[in-house]
Formats: sequence, structure tokens, C-alpha cells
Amino acid sequence: MSIIKTGTSRRTVLKGGAVFAGTALAAPHLFVRRASAADYLNAPTGSTVTLGFNVPQTGPYADEGADELRAYQLAVEHLNGDGDGGMLNTMKPTALKGNGVLGKKVEFVTGDTQTKSDAARASAKRMIEKDGAVMITGGSSSGVAIAVQSLCQEAGVIFMAGLTHSNDTTGKDKRANGFRHFFNAYMSGAALAPVLEKAYGADRRAYHLTADYTWGWTQEESIKNSTENIGWETVETVRTPLGAGDFSQYITPVLNSGADVLILNHYGKDMVNSLTQAVQFGLKDKQANGKNFEIVVPLYSELMAQGAGEAVKGIFGSANWDWKLKNPGTEAFVKSFGQKYGQPPSQAAQTCYVQTLLYADACERAGTFNPCAVISELEGFEFDGLGNGPTLYRAADHQCFKKVLVVKGNENPTNQYDLLEIVEEVPVEQVMYDPSIFGGELGSCNPGV
Amino acid sequence: MDQILLQILNGLDKGGAYALIALGLTLIFGTLGVVNFAHGALFMLGAFCAVGLYQLLTLEMVSIDPNNMTPWGTPAEIRQPYIEAWFGEAGSTMLNFAVPLSILVAIPIMLVIGIVMERGLVKHFYRRPHAEQILVTFGLAIVLQEIIKVWFGANPIPIPAPEAVSGSADIGSWFGFAENAISYPWWRLVYLLFSVAVICAVFAFLQFTTFGMVVRAGMADRETVGLLGIDIDKRFTIMFGIAAVVAGLAGVMYTPILPPDYHMGMDFLVLSFVVVVVGGMGSLTGAVAAGFLLGILQSFASMTEIKSIFPGIDQIIIYLVAVAILLVRPRGLMGRKGVMEG
Amino acid sequence: MDFLDKDNLQNDLILIAIFAVAILTMPIWLEPFGASYPDLMQKFAIFGIFATGFNILFGLTGYLSFGHAAFLGVGSYTAVWSFKLLGMNPIPALIAAVIIAGVFALVIGFLSLRRTGIYFSILTLAFAQMCYNLAYSVLTPITNGETGLRVLRSDPRIFDGNGSDTGPLVASLFGIEMTGMAGFYFCAVVLILVSWLAIMIFRSPFGLMLKAVKTNQNRMGYTGLNTRPYALAAFVISGMYAGLAGALMCITDPLAGAERMQWTASGEVVLMTILGGAGTLMGPMLGAALIKYFENIFSAFNEQTLEHVFSFMPEGMRDATVSLAGLFVGEGWHLTLGLMFMIVVIFLPGGIIEGLRRLAKAVFGRKRPEQSHAARDDAAQTAR
Repeated sequence: MSIIKTGTSRRTVLKGGAVFAGTALAAPHLFVRRASAADYLNAPTGSTVTLGFNVPQTGPYADEGADELRAYQLAVEHLNGDGDGGMLNTMKPTALKGNGVLGKKVEFVTGDTQTKSDAARASAKRMIEKDGAVMITGGSSSGVAIAVQSLCQEAGVIFMAGLTHSNDTTGKDKRANGFRHFFNAYMSGAALAPVLEKAYGADRRAYHLTADYTWGWTQEESIKNSTENIGWETVETVRTPLGAGDFSQYITPVLNSGADVLILNHYGKDMVNSLTQAVQFGLKDKQANGKNFEIVVPLYSELMAQGAGEAVKGIFGSANWDWKLKNPGTEAFVKSFGQKYGQPPSQAAQTCYVQTLLYADACERAGTFNPCAVISELEGFEFDGLGNGPTLYRAADHQCFKKVLVVKGNENPTNQYDLLEIVEEVPVEQVMYDPSIFGGELGSCNPGV
Repeated sequence: MDQILLQILNGLDKGGAYALIALGLTLIFGTLGVVNFAHGALFMLGAFCAVGLYQLLTLEMVSIDPNNMTPWGTPAEIRQPYIEAWFGEAGSTMLNFAVPLSILVAIPIMLVIGIVMERGLVKHFYRRPHAEQILVTFGLAIVLQEIIKVWFGANPIPIPAPEAVSGSADIGSWFGFAENAISYPWWRLVYLLFSVAVICAVFAFLQFTTFGMVVRAGMADRETVGLLGIDIDKRFTIMFGIAAVVAGLAGVMYTPILPPDYHMGMDFLVLSFVVVVVGGMGSLTGAVAAGFLLGILQSFASMTEIKSIFPGIDQIIIYLVAVAILLVRPRGLMGRKGVMEG
Repeated sequence: MDFLDKDNLQNDLILIAIFAVAILTMPIWLEPFGASYPDLMQKFAIFGIFATGFNILFGLTGYLSFGHAAFLGVGSYTAVWSFKLLGMNPIPALIAAVIIAGVFALVIGFLSLRRTGIYFSILTLAFAQMCYNLAYSVLTPITNGETGLRVLRSDPRIFDGNGSDTGPLVASLFGIEMTGMAGFYFCAVVLILVSWLAIMIFRSPFGLMLKAVKTNQNRMGYTGLNTRPYALAAFVISGMYAGLAGALMCITDPLAGAERMQWTASGEVVLMTILGGAGTLMGPMLGAALIKYFENIFSAFNEQTLEHVFSFMPEGMRDATVSLAGLFVGEGWHLTLGLMFMIVVIFLPGGIIEGLRRLAKAVFGRKRPEQSHAARDDAAQTAR
């Protein structure tokens, strides 16, 4: 039942050996290494347990990956009882004691996804096959997250998704072994639409520029649906090539299209460039249909806001979490992160930190690292104190449900980290949806043996 | 009509950038016969000259704020750019004009980088196969961009254009259209004019100076010029430096349009090679013409009207045109025989 | 002209036998390098095939293709579609991938080979980039875009689909799942077979003709010989190698993504070939293994690991060493790669094989017999 046969699958080895007798005979010591009697893949045998942190270290998301890695290191520190404990002190309910997980010291291995599916899978496989990781986490793009999630499903380890926003991750491509704490495009739309209505009115005409790949499409669809529900009209949806750099040829038609809102379904560098250029074209100062022209960026991140500089001021978007939130979990996390690294954590860092804690807690409660037991602990788990208020890990699609933030580019930042201002914490009921709307099958849990 | 005018402007603007990069690239091809995969990195270094200067100007005097604490419990800091603290108004003006000022900084820096690169590395590869030139310059490009990444991080860094030209110009009214019908960012107009000026300057330098004449003669027949007792190598070295300066300036001026990051050179590399080859190896006019041509075609292919007929055409137009031109015209638009065909 | 005499054939047999043993015992001798886990060894074999195929075109004819990743991608997509439609047996997937990649190579090669030099390179690059851009966006119904094409339970899989819906969706050769070590041995056997084929091609009159194309195309033209069919044949063969490699990637891991076709992937195989030693038999494979090793092992070093490695040092010195070494590994592994490219090409023109030969010369004082072929191929290369 698994794609990766390391320790436990003697059957494959024997068959392989039968085919290539002689050479295969030389190989077995490789297999003996972890061929314990355990009933799941990579069962930790010594006094340590290994987690795999798979983040982009090169390529356009390298800085985001670096921040995720900082959060992971902090989480490991706290789990092992070092440092001030961070959110371990605020999480409830929790079975974590700050003495590792199930008495085993937490260790980790890192890898570079390069924001490419192939590289990410290769890196995850190394963690599973060579380093014996029982859980893989990380990611800064949905394509990568989905690719690694399906790998973990086939291999038989748990995947705790990092930053991935596509509906597909826990929709069409959901997997039993995969879990996502981050919110998705549907929730962005559901949270943003009422705020947009309040700010800009119900009579608006929207123009979408969309990154031409699956994440862009799901976001465009979600935002389009929810804005049309409040009475907005969609003038046009235009697809732009990934990494276009210069978006001028897509922005100029917006001016005279009869639209009065531009929605940028871009992420990362694309978003930095398209927003900077849209502002340069004067869209923010324009009048259309007798109203002020507005720009909306449905998914924000701190790093993008930093990259776009002045251009983000006054622009609405949504976020999973922000360091300025006022709740005990956030304050504890910001404090220990800030003291260690001298800067506040990004939302990517928060989701990665929380995912690690949630996984460790589920293991502790299950009394084992066996993926199947961990999955049933995580499914339907309700918790609080991790920065987002009361949260539910829904069993049907392994998606977290919690408040969604609507944020706005800060007009008068007081320091260099104060880029986004929280406009509203949208209650969870408003962003809740029926798990069946996106299709897909969870399948059954796979312990990898 | 207004859309077409706007797309032509967009195309010219893009074309300006393409042409500047391709011009430097083809100068190196034409003079030294070297395939320089580090040319995109030179463009990126130029952009980071602007970033460096901007960060230098915004260097902040950090003092501790006694009344406030950060949320993580350390004392908050008060930051004030030194330049404003020292020069007041004049300092703010300097900050405002950081990008144009960077040109002055970038010229000597890029010239030195170019000459060092040629003398230190590229020189040894004149007689080596093109494949090895590619490998070594590609290696250099990676090293350069990784050094930038270590220093400046991987995230794009926004550099504002001077305030006077940060808005957009109402071009329509210049041509008698209705008010605000056609407007275009000032900075992009500046960029277009700047690129035309640089291109003209390079051509004038080659055309009207003795130095340029010798270089052109050397491009046409290096051996004969060498036999005449002229130190052509030295001149070619300087041309390499000039090519680096042209790429660097393209990068400096592009920063307000595209917040630079360490990877931007690689993003432009392939494109600039396509432009050079479509223009024809060793032809400076060809490179410029191809730059503008591809820029304009790319803009038009992105129009919704055209995309609805050919879905995805904007993704491949550049390559499609390149294939078509190369199949019809063996050496691109204006290529010379025998350059880079072996 | 003793390419086909008996003596050489014997040498070749010895060479391939040594090679086969070396490949099949990789799990043992790679252990100390930390590279003896299935996925990486699979990648060594697969990219070895890719680079070997590329070398048939570039090493023999001198045509520098910058779009070979397109064939790798086409092979991958074909293999996954074969899984989806026909079932999880790798054999039809391999055959289909090689054929379809060959057809693509025929069309692209026919058009691109009308030009030489950099014009040829740019044509191949343009075709590959078009494939990549379309696969990523417009062709999503066929390629599944960013997410990558995978086998789904609902796919027809006419030969094994109905009824076995509980089984894993991985390729299996008559019951042996092509993952883990079995997958590696499968790739290794294919690698040995196609390496043997490559040696045969190098030694054949056809290979000789290709080398002549490289040395002086004009002179070949003057003799009244049309060189283009030979170059096209080499192009198609190397495209098929790439398709084969692409199919193997999907056989060991049934997912095909568009980024396999991006220009950086095409560039990677060029770098592998030159790094190892273009035109040599084993060079490209070495280059491929080295780059993949860097990508997977060097990128995985983090501060924690480094501190462990340098734990014997006194504290202050250790911190300094760790932060210095940290620049070159982990997130800085690209820097090491770039430096390696530069160092190898500056000091070892002819690639790593050249370095090994110099080393062997220094140690043994003379050429070892089994290396004479490689040496001669190199001589042809450097004499250009």
C-alpha cells in the first residue's frame, strides 16, 4: 500500500532480489536498518523522533521559506521544553508537556522544495526514505503542497500543509494523511465580500487579473462568486502568464473597460509586480462610473506587502493571521518569536508553528506516532489558544475552520513591520461551507506498511 | 483606438528594456564572440546598484524609544534616516531622486565589474567551445545572484520613482482625445526616452568616434585590425565594460517598474537571448529592432480580443515569432554570416 | 579506424560489465555518502539516461539543444496517460513514451536542424518554452497544469483498472511495485541497456559520421553528402532517450509536472553533460549524479547538522565555521553549485572525466586500458 518501501517491505526486496539476484543480495543492510516490528512506516525506535521541514530555500519564495523554518525551529524548541514555551502555554486543550513528544526528543531535517513539485517530492522522499521522518510539513505554494500531500498519502506519513491557499488542497485533491491549518480561497471570498460591500457599495463592476494556473483559477472563481452574491458585476476575467514581470499590457485595458474595481488574483512576485504597476498606472487615483477606482488583493502576505512598498496602502485583502491580533496565543508566540529573531512572525510562520504543535499534540493524545491513530485524533479536534481563536479541524476534509482576517494596507505604518492593519475578524460561521462542494475523496489513512 | 495606442506604448516600453539588454549582449557577441550567460546577472546587479544606494540613503539612525516596547518585550526603536538628520530638506530631495542618482553610481561600478569580469574570467574563454563559455558564465551568474541573495534577501525590494514622475501623464489630451481617456505613467515614458537615449549614445559612440570605428573594424575583421598594430584586445575589454554599463543602466531605471529581487536576471536571460537571435547575431540594429518588435507583439497578443481567438497566445507569442523569423530568415532579421553558426 | 575490431569490442564488454556492477552495487558504495536511498539512486539512473541521450546529440554532433526537457516532459505525460488509460504496467508506458517523444523530436528536430549554431539552440529553446507555457496553463485539461498529472481511481485503466480499485496507484511490473529499491533496479537495468546502446552508437559507422558532422560540416557537404538526415537521426534518438527518462520518472513516481519542461530543466542537462565531459561515454552520467547529489544532499544541511559536524571545535571557532559553512549548504547550495561549475570548467576543460584521467595518469603513470576509448573520445572533443 505504499509508494515508498524502505524498512519494512521485504517482499519487494525479495522480488527485486529474485530478478537481479546477486546484486540485490548486497543491498539488504539498507533495509535491515529500520526493519523493526512496528506497524507503521518510520516508527521511531530510539529516544528521538524526526520531523521533516520541507520549505522553499531557493527561488522566489526563499524568504517566506526562511521564516517558516524559523517557526519550525521555535516549535521544536518549545516541544522539547527549551525556551519560554510559546503557545504551548496557551493551547487548550493540550496533552503536551514540554518533554518532547511521547517522551521522545523532537529532531528535524530540512529540505529545499525550490517551489517545484519534482524537487519538493524528491526532498520529501529523502526525508522519508533516508532520514526516517514520520511527518512532513511545509510548502509555500499550492501546487507543491498538493504534490507533497499525495506523496505522503502514498508513502504513509502525515503531511501538515504549510502555506497553501488553493481550494483544491482540502477540496478536489484532499487526502486522508494531509491536514491544512491555513485558510483557502473560498474563505477569502466569503470573508472579503461583506467588507467590500460595506466599504465600496453593492453596485460595483469588477475586473479580474488572474495568474494562469490552478491556484489562480480557484481564487478567481471563489472571489467572483462571493462578490456577485453581494451584487457586484464581473466585467472581465483576464488570465496572465505566471511570472509575467511586466503587467502593463494587462493593466491598460482595465482603465476603459467600464470596471471600477480591479481584483488581482496573484501571489508572490506576480502580486508585487502587478500591484506596483497598477498603482503606477494611477488606478488608485482614478474615477470610474462616478466612483473612486479601487484595487483588491484577495490573498495578502507580509512579505508581499513589504515587496510592494507604498503601493499596498489602503488596499483590502484577507489573511490567515496577523501578529497584531490581541489574544493570548498570538501574544505568547509573537513574544518568543520576536525575542529569538528580533522581528515579528509572518502568517506563514504562524501556520507552520501551529501545525507542528497540533501534530505533536495529536501524537501525545494518541499515544503513538502511527499515522492512522494520529489522524483520528486530529479529525474533529477542537482547540483554542493558538492565535486564531476557537478552531475546528473538520473531519470531512481535514481543513481548519476559524476566524478569517480582513486586512488593509496600513496608511500610516508606525514601524517597518506594521504594514497591514486588521479591519475585521470575520467569524467562522460566515466562512464555513459544505465539504462536498469541491468534490474529491479523502480515501483511507495509510500507515505505510 | 485608445487601446491600440496604449498597447503600442506598452510595447515600446517593454521593447526599450529588451533592446537595452539585447544591445549589451550582442555587443559582447559581436566583439568577443562570447556567449555571456551572466548578462542577465549584470542587469540584476545594475538594479541592485539602485537598491544599494537607496538603502545607503535610507540608513537609519537607531535610537531607543524609552516610552514604548515592542510586542515581544524589547525596547522599541526610533528610526530616522541619517540623510534627513544631517541634510534636512536637501537630504529628502536626494532620497526622492535616488533612482536617477543611482545612474551616476552604477556607471563606474558596472564599468569596473565588466572590465574585471572580462580580464579575470571571460578572457580565458575566447578559444574555448561555446558550451564551456555558457557553463562558466552561467556558474558566474549563479554565484553573483547568490551573493546578492545573502546580502539583500530573496524578497523584492520596492524602490520608488521620484515623486514628480510617480503619477501618470494624461497623454490623450496631448493628442486631442478626451480628458483622462489615455493616461500613462510618467516613469514609463521616462524609461522609454532613457532607453532610446542610451541606444543612440551607443550607436553614436561606435559611429562617430575613432575608438568606435576601430571597434567596428575589429568586429568585422579582427585579425586585419590586429595586424595593423592596433591593440584591439584592450578596446574589446572596454566594450565589454560598456556592455555591462548598458545592462546595468537598464536595470537601474527598471527598478520603479519592477521591484528588484536577486532572481530577476535569470527571468530576463532567456528572453534577451531570443531577442538577440531574432535580431541576428552580431547586428546591433537588429537587436534593437527585435527588442521593440517583440515588445509590441507581446503587448498586442495580450489583448483580450486576440486571446479569445487564440487562447494562450500571450504565453508563447515571443517564441512563436522567434521560430517563424528564424525559419524564414536563417540569420534572424539582420544577422551576419558566419557569426555563432559553428 | 579500428572502432569495430574485436579487441575494442572486448574492451567495450569489459567496460559495460564494470559499469553494470558499479551501478547495481550503488546501494553499498553510496552508503558512506548518504546517498544510498532509493529516490536519489533512481534519480541518478534516470538523469544518467537523460544526459547520456543528450550526449549522443551534443557530444557527437556538436548541436547544442536547449530544449531537451520538452521531450522529458512529453515522455512523462505520455507515461502517465498510458497508466491512466491502459493500466499500471510500466512496459507499455515506456514504449509509448519513447515513441511519442520520438515523434515530437522528429518534428522539432526537422524544423530546428534547418539552422546551425546558436540559431539552432534558440529554435529548440523556443519550442520547449512553448510546450512548457502551454502545458502549465492552456493545456491543463491534458496536463493538469500546476498540480501535475496523476493517476486517479476513476481512470479507466482497461487492463487492470476494474476490480482492483483498492490497490495502490503505482506502476507495477507483473506484481513488483516499481517504487523504492525495485524501482531503482528497474531504472538501473534500463540505464545499463541504453548505455550499452549508446556505446554501440558511438562505435558504429553512424557514430563516426556524426563525429564528422561535428568536426567539419562544410567539408562533409563538399563531399556531396547530406548531413542533415544523420543529425536528425541523432536528434530523434536523443529525444527518445529523454522520453525514456521522463517515463521512468513517472514509473517510479506517477506524477508528471509541467516544470520538467522549463528552460532551466533543459539547461540542467546541458550543464550535466558539460560538467561531466561532453563527448565522453561516462562523463554525462557523472555530471548528472553530481548535480542531483548537490540538489538533494547539500540542500539538506542545516545549522543543526553543521553544528553536529563541527562539534569537535571549541565554541567560538565552531560558531564562525558553522556560519561560514552555512553560506554554502542548505539555502546556499546554489552558490556551491555555481562555484563548482566555474571551477570545473576553468581548471578541467573536458569536465570531470578529464580530471579523473589526469588523476589516473598521475597515479598509474599511464592510461588504464579500459579508459582508452573515453580518452580518444575526449581527444576528439578537445581537438575541435
